[in-house]
Amino acid sequence: MTDAVLDVRGLNRSFGALKVTRDVDLILERGARRALIGPNGAGKTTLVNLITGLLKPSSGSVSLDGVDITALSQAQRARRGVARTFQINQLFRGLTVLENLCLAIGERDGHCNNLWRATGGRRVVIDEALDHLASLRLVEDALKLVRELPYGRQRLVEIAIALAQKPRVLLLDEPAAGVPSSETHLILDVVANLDPDIAILIIEHDMDVVFRFARKITVLVAGAIFTEGTPHEIMANEQVRAVYLGQEGHRVGGGARHG
Amino acid sequence: MAVSDKSAALATAGARERAAHYLVSRHRFRPAEALPWLLAIAAFFLFPDRMTFGNQALIMVMFALSLDLILGYAGIVSLGHAAFFGVGAYTVGLLIARLGWSEPLSSLVAAAAMAGLTGFVTGWFILRYRGLTVIMLTLATAIMLQEAGNLRSDISGGYDGLPGLVISPLFGVFDYDLYGHVNYLYVLGVLAVIFYIVRRIVYSPFGQALTGIRENVRRMNAIGSPVHRRLVTVYTISAAIAGIAGALFTQTNAYVTLTVFDFDNSAKVMVMLILGGTGRLYGAFIGAVVYMVLEDHLSKLSPTFWQFGIGLLLILAVLFAPRGLLGLAEDVVRRDRPRREARARRLVFKREDWNALTVSALDGAMIGFIAGFAVNFGQTDLMSEYITSLPGRVLVFAGFGAVIAASINVVYLALTRRVAAEDRVP
Amino acid sequence: MPQYANIAVSILFDGLAYAMFLFITSVGLSVTMGLMNFVNLAHGAFAMVGGYIVVSLTRSYGVGFIPSLIIAAVLVALISVRFERRLYRRFYRATDLEQVLLTIGLAFMAIATFTYFYGPIPKSVPLPDWLQGSVNLGFRSFPAYRVFMIAVGAALIAVLWYGFERTNIGAMIRAAVDNRRMAESIGINVDRLFTLTFALGSGLAALGGGLAIQLLGLNPNFALLYLVLFLIVVAVGGLGSLKGTLLAALVLGIIDTAGKYLLADAGGFFIYAVTVIVLLIKPAGFYGRE
Repeated sequence: MTDAVLDVRGLNRSFGALKVTRDVDLILERGARRALIGPNGAGKTTLVNLITGLLKPSSGSVSLDGVDITALSQAQRARRGVARTFQINQLFRGLTVLENLCLAIGERDGHCNNLWRATGGRRVVIDEALDHLASLRLVEDALKLVRELPYGRQRLVEIAIALAQKPRVLLLDEPAAGVPSSETHLILDVVANLDPDIAILIIEHDMDVVFRFARKITVLVAGAIFTEGTPHEIMANEQVRAVYLGQEGHRVGGGARHG
Repeated sequence: MAVSDKSAALATAGARERAAHYLVSRHRFRPAEALPWLLAIAAFFLFPDRMTFGNQALIMVMFALSLDLILGYAGIVSLGHAAFFGVGAYTVGLLIARLGWSEPLSSLVAAAAMAGLTGFVTGWFILRYRGLTVIMLTLATAIMLQEAGNLRSDISGGYDGLPGLVISPLFGVFDYDLYGHVNYLYVLGVLAVIFYIVRRIVYSPFGQALTGIRENVRRMNAIGSPVHRRLVTVYTISAAIAGIAGALFTQTNAYVTLTVFDFDNSAKVMVMLILGGTGRLYGAFIGAVVYMVLEDHLSKLSPTFWQFGIGLLLILAVLFAPRGLLGLAEDVVRRDRPRREARARRLVFKREDWNALTVSALDGAMIGFIAGFAVNFGQTDLMSEYITSLPGRVLVFAGFGAVIAASINVVYLALTRRVAAEDRVP
Repeated sequence: MPQYANIAVSILFDGLAYAMFLFITSVGLSVTMGLMNFVNLAHGAFAMVGGYIVVSLTRSYGVGFIPSLIIAAVLVALISVRFERRLYRRFYRATDLEQVLLTIGLAFMAIATFTYFYGPIPKSVPLPDWLQGSVNLGFRSFPAYRVFMIAVGAALIAVLWYGFERTNIGAMIRAAVDNRRMAESIGINVDRLFTLTFALGSGLAALGGGLAIQLLGLNPNFALLYLVLFLIVVAVGGLGSLKGTLLAALVLGIIDTAGKYLLADAGGFFIYAVTVIVLLIKPAGFYGRE
C-alpha cells in the first residue's frame, strides 16, 4: 500500500453564505502525479490555498504524513514540506535569480535566523542554489534581476523556488499560465522530470499538459469533487465532458493524440 | 555537435563561477568604503570650529541608518521613528537629571535598552498589519510618547525640557571641551561600531530575508519564513540604534526637550534617507550630510524657502530619483548602453509633448490667475511697488504660473525619456 | 444647572461642534482613500487653502462669510480636479512610501507658499453679526458660531447620506469602494467617479478649513497639524465609509474635547490612545473592509 503523504478530509470553506469548498476528500500518496481540473470558479485555487494554509477551513482537516496540520500557519506548513507555486508569479522581483533561490534554501534550513555571518560565507547554500538553477537551465540568468527576465523564465524561477524548499508535497497552480506558447515546452519538460518521490498536484486547464503528466485526475465542480479517475476514464466519462471538457471542444482531439 | 556541447558546458560552468563569486565576495570591504570615514576624520582637522555641527551631522547619520534598516531593507514605512530617538534622548536626560547618573557609555547602553524595549513592544503589535494602519500606528506612537511626556511635565520638563545636563568624562579620563572636539571623536567612534554591526546584519541571511519581505511578503510566507518574528527583530534593533542616536544627541547638547518627538524629526530623517537612497548603507551618510549642510546654509536665509525646497525635493525624488543620490551616482558610473541611447533621443519632442506642454501651461495660468485674486500682498513687498492694480497682478501671476508649469513639464518629459527603459514602479 | 452637569453639557456641545469640523473635513479623505487606496497627506493642505481663500475674500474683497465659504469650496474642488488628473493619477499604483513622499512634499510646498504670502501669524475672519455672541436654547446659552457649525454639519450629513444611500452615483461609489474590479467590469467608469469624489472631498475639506478659522485659528501649519487628526478619524472610522467617518469624528471629537477640558494641556493624549486601541482591535477601523 502506498502511504498517504497528504490527507485531506471533509474540507469545507464558506465566504459568508457562499460555499466555495464542499466536503472535499483528497489523498496524495508518495510520488503522486495528480491533476486537478474543473471549470472556472470551481474552487481549485481555493482548495490549494486551504491545503497550504493561506486560508483556514470552516471545517475539515489537513494532514501531512499522518500529522494534523490544520491549525498550522502557511509558513509553518511550508517548513514541514508543503510547497506551492502561484498562478501569477510571486517572486522577489528586485533581487537576482540566485538570491531568490538562496532565500528559499536559507529559510528552509534556518540560516536566515543568523544575523551575523554573511551569506557569502555559506558556500553550501550557494552551491545548492546553483545546482537547482542548473537543473532548470537557469544558470546563465543567475545574476539577472528577476524582473528583467521574460515571463516564461520567471515561471521557471517560480518552480525552482518551490523545488528548493525540498518539499514532500508540491502544488503547482497552472504552471504554464501566461507563458508564451513558444516557451511552454520548458515548463512541461521540468514538470515531467520532477523527483519521483514528491507528491505533486497540478492545477491545469491545458489538457495536453494534463494527459502528459497525470496518472490520476480529480475533477472539481462548484467546490465539490465531481469524480476521480485515470486520464482515460475521465476522457471517456460523458458527464465530465458535458461539464468541462465539452467547453473545450477543440481540445478533445488533443487528448486522443497523446493517448 | 560534441564541440558545441562542450563549449556550452564550459560557458555554463563559467557563469556558475561568476554567480557564486558575486555572492561570496559581496560582503567584503571595498576600498571605496573607507572614503566616508576618511572624510569624517579629515573634517575633524579641517574644520575644527564646526565640530558642534559635525556632531549633529554624525548623529543624524546614525538616525538615518536606523531608519534605513526598517524602511530600506524591510520595507516598513514609519512616520514616527522619532519616538525611539526621543526615548533614547530622555533616558539619558532622566538618568542625569533625576538619578544623577552621568557616565556616558553605560547611559548609551541604557538608552539602547529602553528604546529597543519600546520598539519591541510597539513593533510586536504594529507589525501584524500593513499599509495605512502601520503608518498611522507609528505616527500615533511618537505623538503619544510626546503627549505622555507632556502629561508628566514634572518629570520630563515639558517643552522647556531638561537643561544643563553634564556628562562625566569619557572613560573617566577624557573631559569634554566647549568646542566639541572630544564629542566629535566620541560620536564618530560610536557611529563606527554601530555601522559595523548594521553592515553585518545587512549582509547576513537575516538581512536577505528582510529584503525578501520587502519585495514579496506572500512569497516569504510560502517558503516558510516567520515574517512577523523577523520584522519585530529588525524593528527592535532599529529602535535601539535610534535610541543611541537620541542619547548622543542629549549628551552632546547637554539639553533635551519634548521636541525630540516632533513629527518634524521623523519627517526630516525620512527626507535624508530618501535623498541619499534607501536600501544602501551609505545612502544614510550622503543623505544626512547633504541635508544638514543644506539646512545649515539655506534655512538661515529663509526658513520658508527651505521648507518649499524640501517639499519640491521630495516630489522630484519620487518622480525622478527614487533611489536617491546614491542611485543617481550609480547610474552615472555604470553607464549602461540603453541609457545612452535613451539620452540621445531625449531632445526630440513629439506632437503630443507640445499638447501636454500647452495644457500644463494653461493649468499653471489658471492657478496663477486664482492666486492673483486670492493673495494678500500685505506680506510681500516685492511686487506691490510695481503692480498695484488688481488686473495687473492677476495677469502677472497667471504668466508666472504658466511659465513655471511649462518648465516643470519640460524637465519631466526630458528626464522620463531618459529613464523610459527602467522599471520604476515595482 | 449643577456644576458637573454643566461641564458635561459644555463638553458634549463643544465636542459636537469639533466633531462636525472633523467630519466635514475628513469625509472626503475617507472616501477617496477607500476608493483609490491612495495615501493623500496633502488633504490638510486643501483645507488650509480653503481657509485662506475665505480670509482673502472676506478681508480684501469684502465678500460675505457664507458666500466666501461656498466660493472657496467650489474653487478648491476645481483646482483639485486638475491635481488629480495631472499628478495623482500617475501614482495610484505606486508604493505607499512613494505616495506618502509625494503628498507630504506637496503639503510642505503649500505651507511654505502660504507662509510666504500670508505670514505665520494666525488669521481671523470677520463674522456677520448673527454668528457672533450667543444663542439661548432654553436651558442654556451657547456660542452662536458653534450652533451654526453643528447645524451646517447636520445639514451636510443629511445631504451626504441621501446622496450616498439613495442616488445612483452614491450606489456606484459604494460599489467601487467595495470591489473596484467588479465595479469596472459592470461598466462603472471608476476613473471619472474618482475625480468626482476627489473634487467633492477636497471641496468639503476647503469648507471645513473655512469653518475652522473661527473655531481653531488658521495659520499655514494647519495643514500638517490637523492632517494627523484627519488621518486618525479616517483610520478609526474605516476607509470609504460615511458612517464610519461620522462615528469616528463623534467619538474622537468628544473625547478630545473632554480631555482638553478636564486635563488642560495634557489632554491631547487620549485621542491617540483611543486610536491605538481601536486600530489594534479592528485594524480596518469601525466600518472598514478587510
